[in-house]
Amino acid sequence: MSVVDRVVRRARRWTPEEFPWAPSRWPSSVVRAAPERHLGVDYDTAWTRRYPARLARAVLLDTVTRPLAHIVASPEVRGQDVLELVEAPAIYVANHASHIDTPLLLSVLPTRVRHRTVVAAAADHFFDRRWKAHLWGLVLAAIPIERHRVNRRSAENAAALLREGWNLVIFPEGGRSPDGWFQPMRGGAAYLATRTKRPVVPVHIDGTYRILPRGGERLHRSPTRITFGTPIMAADGEDARKLEARIDGVLATLADEARTDWWTARRRAGAGETPSPQGPAASPWRRAWSLGPDPNARHEDDDGRWALADD
Amino acid sequence: MSPRPGFVLEVDRSTPSTLFWHGEGFRLERLPVGSRVLYAPEPVDALADPVAAIRRALQEPLGDCAPLSSLLHPGMQLTIAFDDVSLPLPPMRGPDNRQLVIEQVLELAADAGVDDVVLIAALALHRRMTDAELRHALGERIFDAFAPHGLLWQHDAEDPEQLVHLGLTDHGEDVEINKRAATSDLLIYVNINLVAMDGGHKSVATGLASYKSLRHHHNAHTMAQSRSFMDQHRSELHTSNWRMGRLIAAAGVKVFQIETNLNTDTFPEQFRFLQRREWEWTARDRAGFLASSKALQATPDRVARSIFHSIRSPHKMTSVQAGEVGAVHERTTENVYAQQLLEVEGQTDILTMGLPYICPYNVNSIMNPILVACLGLGYFFNMYRGRPLVREGGVVIMSHPTPWAFHPGHHPSYIDFFEQVLAETTDPVEIGKYEESFATDPWYVHLYRTGNAYHGVHPFYMWYWCAHALEHVGAVIVVGGDRAAVRRLGFKPASSMADALEMATDVVGPDPSLTHLHSPPLLMADVP
Repeated sequence: MSVVDRVVRRARRWTPEEFPWAPSRWPSSVVRAAPERHLGVDYDTAWTRRYPARLARAVLLDTVTRPLAHIVASPEVRGQDVLELVEAPAIYVANHASHIDTPLLLSVLPTRVRHRTVVAAAADHFFDRRWKAHLWGLVLAAIPIERHRVNRRSAENAAALLREGWNLVIFPEGGRSPDGWFQPMRGGAAYLATRTKRPVVPVHIDGTYRILPRGGERLHRSPTRITFGTPIMAADGEDARKLEARIDGVLATLADEARTDWWTARRRAGAGETPSPQGPAASPWRRAWSLGPDPNARHEDDDGRWALADD
Repeated sequence: MSPRPGFVLEVDRSTPSTLFWHGEGFRLERLPVGSRVLYAPEPVDALADPVAAIRRALQEPLGDCAPLSSLLHPGMQLTIAFDDVSLPLPPMRGPDNRQLVIEQVLELAADAGVDDVVLIAALALHRRMTDAELRHALGERIFDAFAPHGLLWQHDAEDPEQLVHLGLTDHGEDVEINKRAATSDLLIYVNINLVAMDGGHKSVATGLASYKSLRHHHNAHTMAQSRSFMDQHRSELHTSNWRMGRLIAAAGVKVFQIETNLNTDTFPEQFRFLQRREWEWTARDRAGFLASSKALQATPDRVARSIFHSIRSPHKMTSVQAGEVGAVHERTTENVYAQQLLEVEGQTDILTMGLPYICPYNVNSIMNPILVACLGLGYFFNMYRGRPLVREGGVVIMSHPTPWAFHPGHHPSYIDFFEQVLAETTDPVEIGKYEESFATDPWYVHLYRTGNAYHGVHPFYMWYWCAHALEHVGAVIVVGGDRAAVRRLGFKPASSMADALEMATDVVGPDPSLTHLHSPPLLMADVP
């Protein structure tokens, strides 16, 4: 056990989890009144886009987040050249499997984009407490989005930011994947794209589930692959539902590309044979099995030695 | 914003632990999923200008009664009786309601040129109040004007010179009350109403009565037939008092009743977590709970007791009404119900309650085991209208340390009652055979009259208060109590709530329903 692990474990032991040391959970049968302290979707993030906060965030991103992301996730970036074609601001739409996704994606975006990007974050998770709202607002330029139902206020807020020239990162699954496969996408990104007429850049992030899965407590170093797809523009008169289907299709192709190669994925897409990125409709263990082996996993070779999988 | 009404919570997996009073301390207990927790309505708003409200009440009395100023004239004999130290709980921050009201009454009396005024603390068989307690209840101005001149009395139910027998009710009940009060041209009674049981004809017929009179309604039969004490229409205790009240009026005693309602804002800021629903506790509430409960665990009982008894409650007056007894009390009771009633669907197999450090009979004193029983089974159990919260044959689980400890100055006869009577029987009817000997014991009478002791018969009354509950429930379990003391009471001791629930299933069967009475603030269950 490393020193860091020991420190983390000790800190965790002293971290209160039980009421009354920690805040109480809310009984399910009690209707929770709207927060009065302007948290959740009502949290005002304007301060996070002012110059002092932007400067602090830029320093943090470039000197801490980015190096750390490269150490932990060793990202291999594909299709980054398409970003040159994108006229800012744009909506970056990615699959979501881990808390690592956001810092990793920000760290591989070009500098001019990275420092003028806001991230749509779940209002009920990242903005439920004041300290969390402040922290994620400063570090990630997070903006609160209602993920369980349509919220006019959060959608209008995001649209206004796009109009002001801010890029937006959004994870349309509404939450991290429980098992590494895609979850059904929601229509928020497509709605914003049709409303603001801004390009959508599909991004596929592969490998972060192994670094920090949902419910995981420790970081595991593992290589990742980020694939940028060709930007999508909403056609005149195209409604959000159709655009959403197109985005889904491109993300599925990118997922296929991550497992095969660009040409194979394109051909399968052309033939309508792209495998579903949501994985097989099977029992949990079979879905986990279908993800394939962990490239970091060690296997015992014939000599009884433990070797890396790609040895 | 109007205060939130009461609330019945159904416990689920997300529900935090529930706060229980535990004497001079607290416990957090995790109740089984599906249990109900009854949370009281929030305290109602206080009167913005209580003095103006009092003046208005005195000049615009309710019922068949003239304004007070017209009842006062020179040369008359005026007696002002007031509730004793048993109300309110905890003692309220000054100015006390009694001070506010009596000051206004005396202003009118002074304007009218009334010279013969006596104040009487309506003790019944309670202990005499100390000077400090009187000073707190009445305020410096009144105390200093009356006490040095011997005009501030404490009712003595054992002084034949101070008593007058007014006759028998149509049920043959003796009505014997304070002579000065009965023979005055006007008797003004100043009441503080915390629960629906207080006030009405009970104020004079009980507060100023003798043992000879009280024994007609303070007995096991009457108590068992009072279902509950908090519902005067179904309370034999009240029916008897009302009969006596009518006889007092018929005997020519003119009573001008002044009743005040208090809100249920019971504890000061540093203990505000006690009155909040646990899932709404802020970081400050949690810190307050942790700091106080941890500190109390390390504090000797004696010190903890004195800390708690030094608490002055932020209770505030919410209404005041004056005039004819019946009309006044009807309005007062309406106000109490409006503040405290909580509709509860159906009875429960197990009723749990956390008992605090205080009851009406141990202000600035020790909560001895008999008072623990009385508070749980006499008061909390009876906080219902309609049907008891717990079903017949059900189980009551109380949380209290129940120390085998007595205040020798305040509760001398309790010690002998506990050691001798309860050692033999805990049946409220059967103990009646010992009542007379305790009531007439010259030593207890002497301590009652000259010291600060409760009357010799008082522990019997406490046990009679439990009669309805003892008849109704199948078992009583005390969590965290002194095992020997709990057994002496005839109850079952349990070291933890889990053990208590396990024991309760032996009585009520598996998968019982459970309801917890969350207090403070006070609440009264309306069980149709």
